[in-house]
Amino acid sequence: MDLNNNNAPAIIDEDHRGPIKTFQYIVIKVGDEQYGIDINFIDNIVRMTPITRIPKVSEYLKGVINLRGEVIPVMSLRLKMGLPADVITKASRIIILKSETEGNLGVIVDEVKEVVTLTEFEIEDVSPDVKDVRANFINGIGKRNNNELISLLDLSTITLEDNINA
Amino acid sequence: MDTSQYLEIFLDETKEHLQNLNTSILELESEPENENTINEIFRAAHSLKGMAGTMGYKRMQDLTHNMENVFSEVRNGSIKIKSEMIDILFQCLDALEEYTDNIQNTQDEGTNDNEPIIKSLKAIIDSKGESVGEAAAPAKEEAKASESKSDDASAGGTKWDNVKLDESQMDVLEEAKKQGKNVFGMNVEIQEGCILKAARAFLVIKAIEELGEIAVSDPPTQDLEDEKFDMDFTLMVVTDNSMDDLVNAAKAVSEIGNVTAGEFIPDNNVSFKKEEATAAPKEEAKAPETTAPAPTTTAPTAKAAPAGDKAQGGKAEPKKAGKPVVNRTIRVDIEKLDNMMNLVSELIIAKNSLVSATNAANAAAGTNSTNEQIEYLESVTTNLHESVMKVRMVPIESVVSKFPRMIRDLQKTLGKKMELFMTGEDTELDRTVVDEIGDPLMHLLRNSADHGLESAEVRKERGKPEVGSIFLDAYQEGNNVIIEVRDDGNGIDVEAVKAKAIERGVITPEQGAIMPDKDIINLLFNAGFSTAKQVTDISGRGVGLDVVRSKIESLSGEVSVKSELGVGSTWTIRLPLTLAIIQSLMVVVGGEKYAISLGSIETIETIEPGEVKLVQNEEVINLRGNVLPLIRLNQILENESTIGPDDAMCVVIVKKGDKMAGLVIDELIGQMEIVIKPLGKYIKQAKVISGATILGDGEVALILDTNVMF
Repeated sequence: MDLNNNNAPAIIDEDHRGPIKTFQYIVIKVGDEQYGIDINFIDNIVRMTPITRIPKVSEYLKGVINLRGEVIPVMSLRLKMGLPADVITKASRIIILKSETEGNLGVIVDEVKEVVTLTEFEIEDVSPDVKDVRANFINGIGKRNNNELISLLDLSTITLEDNINA
Repeated sequence: MDTSQYLEIFLDETKEHLQNLNTSILELESEPENENTINEIFRAAHSLKGMAGTMGYKRMQDLTHNMENVFSEVRNGSIKIKSEMIDILFQCLDALEEYTDNIQNTQDEGTNDNEPIIKSLKAIIDSKGESVGEAAAPAKEEAKASESKSDDASAGGTKWDNVKLDESQMDVLEEAKKQGKNVFGMNVEIQEGCILKAARAFLVIKAIEELGEIAVSDPPTQDLEDEKFDMDFTLMVVTDNSMDDLVNAAKAVSEIGNVTAGEFIPDNNVSFKKEEATAAPKEEAKAPETTAPAPTTTAPTAKAAPAGDKAQGGKAEPKKAGKPVVNRTIRVDIEKLDNMMNLVSELIIAKNSLVSATNAANAAAGTNSTNEQIEYLESVTTNLHESVMKVRMVPIESVVSKFPRMIRDLQKTLGKKMELFMTGEDTELDRTVVDEIGDPLMHLLRNSADHGLESAEVRKERGKPEVGSIFLDAYQEGNNVIIEVRDDGNGIDVEAVKAKAIERGVITPEQGAIMPDKDIINLLFNAGFSTAKQVTDISGRGVGLDVVRSKIESLSGEVSVKSELGVGSTWTIRLPLTLAIIQSLMVVVGGEKYAISLGSIETIETIEPGEVKLVQNEEVINLRGNVLPLIRLNQILENESTIGPDDAMCVVIVKKGDKMAGLVIDELIGQMEIVIKPLGKYIKQAKVISGATILGDGEVALILDTNVMF
């Protein structure tokens, strides 16, 4: 925890009127970068299973899987972000994101590393950068005490259709 | 007392009664003398009043009460049904519907007192001239058997003396008297505004039973439990205790008003008197007892207050006729059925996986030891599925029964003469489909009434009957249900549609020139398209037909129209019978498994490459005289076919309406019962795929939507 923030309780109370908010993220690896996904949006993490291809859909939609009797669409985070296609390894996982309105969605990631807890002071907002496609998927940067950076994924833009497919 | 737990039931039943009333009043309009209908209406109004009262909806109760009064008069024959009356009654129903809607939305009936309607209803009663004085008393009473007895009571004697007894009851009371026991008559009044009358009555009876034996109860205890009584009931008790004990015990129950009691003297009771006086044949006297809920006797005695007996005679009759046969149905929450359906789906998936596992095991071992058991399991699951499906099926009647009323109203608003003829109301569809089908049907009917039918003058000119006809026909055809809305009106003016389409920029004039009429008519289903020259309340805001189509398509159905100018139009809705589980043909294309609904498959053919011809650069085959387009599925599905160009092709012939096409596949797997699973909203772009299913080995296979390939 960042000591600087803890030393100024008066300011905190004035600004936020309450206890320090904390958020839990699952840290995943896609390509060379680390990303965080808000744990509240995650239904499940499963190992790679056979994916049934669906014709005539965007390339990043890899198909559907059978998750305990339910058919769940799966997309490639790499392709969605404009990275080279996935190389499926033993570490590859499918993270099942839950959505009340749209139904669940699986996301293929290279590796799931750990769960971290960040306070609101360890999260910095980012302004969307039109030049960098990948930055559009991020709504914050998490800083950990060892100065490690975690890009926090904006799930609403990830689940949005076709924003980079053009 | 919290009544919210009864709200659901109340709403359900109220809607049912309102629907009944709507239908009955319509019937009454054409047959004003039909006694059965009048009785039916009276009963429905009476139940509504009772229910509204129980739930504490005073305004609703008041309105139904006034309505009931009118019908009580109609039943007595002192009012004749007239057309203005029907209009007022319909206003009444609309007002009641408004209350119901309010209650559904806010749990409150709203503040509209509907004074004008009540006034009109009262005016109807008052307008019947000299008969007012005579019939006013029974009209004010709730026209219930027990109530008319209160007339008797006021006429003379105590209530229990006017309770009619059957033979065995008389024997019991006489016997008790002989044994020197106390026999008391009690009349218990329940306080006005008490919500659970039945519960109060039950508590009173329980308290009394602790002190003595209840020999007679009027109304019978069963009716008391069912709340089939007004504000009071009468008991005759055989006891060793004193009268005061009984009265105090009854009064100890809360929400109980006045309790009167007195010694029962057989000679004062009407039944005992009557027995002496007439000695009427007992068999006859007993017969109606079994059918009528309230104890009544057939032989009216001249002595017992004539007005009361007259009313009772009139009332007993409809009760006999109207006592519905014991209902063999129960209400089930649709969620429970959905849950059951899901479990059946799971079972079928499990069965499929068992089948594939056993087949693999058998193949490995070279035996077929478990085949019989598997086949048995298959037939059981198939039957189970069918039964659950049937449970979910409801007749479309619940939706279409409101249409005659709607057409009647439209007739007045549009100033056209028209009649609606319906057939096949008993056609059954999945509950979820029936719930959704109402609006599209209503729209098509309104469309026919507004745009289709001509005005009476025009019709006359054209040599048609002045009264336009709209038909609504429903029937089952294979795995589909067809609903047709047909009118004998003007039909669709293709040129007008074309002009409109060009004006709106939907098509170019060049396109319009070469477009077949059929396609032009189909443009009507495009968004924002209405050919009505005037926007009316009824239809023609241009939000109609495209909504109809998208709704039908969301139910996996399709809608089409055929029309002949000057003769009329036919709108056809085709809906699948079931949504969740279908029989399908499993095929392989490019190494991937796909399912095709068996319902859309005509035949399966083997075609040699030489039989494929080219027409306008499209591949076609000639199948027994029919030229069909050939669709190579591997091209649509964007994968590599495993058959060579010179190999014979396996072609699945599919149909859509009267069109057919041949789908080239690589390999047939066979027929299979599959459970349709939605693909989720992310994959809505995949038009050729209508869903997915899970195979026995856990693999996901996609279901092809052959309809979009035409």
